[in-house]
Amino acid sequence: MHEQSIVESLLNLALENARKSNARKIVSINLVVGDYTGIVDDAVNFYFGFLSQDTIAAGANINFTHVPGQLRCRDCDILFPMQKQIFRCPKCSGSRLEIVGGRELYIENMVVE
Amino acid sequence: MGTRILTVKENILAANTKEAGIIRELLNRHNIGMINIMSSPGSGKTSVILQTIHRLRDRYRIAVIEGDIASSMDTDKITRLNIPAVQINTSGGCHLDARMTRKALDALDLDRINLIFIENVGNLVCTADFDLGAHKKVVILSIPEGDDKPHKYPVMFVEADVVLVNKTDVLPHFDFKLEEFPAIISGLNPSARVFPVSAKTQDGLNRWISWIEETFSGTSCEDS
Repeated sequence: MHEQSIVESLLNLALENARKSNARKIVSINLVVGDYTGIVDDAVNFYFGFLSQDTIAAGANINFTHVPGQLRCRDCDILFPMQKQIFRCPKCSGSRLEIVGGRELYIENMVVE
Repeated sequence: MGTRILTVKENILAANTKEAGIIRELLNRHNIGMINIMSSPGSGKTSVILQTIHRLRDRYRIAVIEGDIASSMDTDKITRLNIPAVQINTSGGCHLDARMTRKALDALDLDRINLIFIENVGNLVCTADFDLGAHKKVVILSIPEGDDKPHKYPVMFVEADVVLVNKTDVLPHFDFKLEEFPAIISGLNPSARVFPVSAKTQDGLNRWISWIEETFSGTSCEDS
């Protein structure tokens, strides 16, 4: 259910931008998704196909660019990628970590006609 | 007709964030404080809210917005105390958003309220991503859920202003390391406050109540 409301917002944002530039059709949407958002591509595609019927975005392709989660150790000051089920600094094994990447969720650009 | 590339570079949740900003302005105009309470199902959101109402109702005019996937059981518990409560049924949706919150606020008399608690849908994942226009975010984690949850669901705890560790009365039966827990939270989110409480025995509630009074001192009945 989470993806349904995300896709509603995605579709509204895409349609609004298309309208502002007098586009007749949205061909594809390039979406940037951080791994910490927990967004699942297949679920987005499923809801998008369903919700975009009868709009100028019907049939549009969604291209996903995934941004890996990135953490910073507050003690060692090193950056490292998020690993599933592990929340420790690879250097000091500490868990005083700041999330510095992976929460992105935006439309980079769209191809329109 | 040829194709062209349209640069957007806009967050998908921007519309929600904008609406949340409008809500905060509305609340500020009415001198109302609002707290968004999030947790997994069954961690004690309703019990904490009920205890908080008992302790603050002399000083604040309180209302509650209840988010639920279905049913009005929690709302009924609040209205029995003669506290205004608005039910939002998300019809299966796993979180509240700013638009739903705005609709709930429309059903309240904002001139007769100065403190609102939002009981979000029980979910430790996506509720964190949706700004509801509240001034503060509170996450409740209960002892039986385990002290590993902040590392499994870090985003939720990064967003919190306060983490209430509820059900401390059952601590002897679980492996939850309560003494080490504040350090786990401060490692993730140095500015968050941690208050161990038991809504059942009322242990530890004073610190939570004091935090509300300090945070929303300008909105209490005595000042308005």
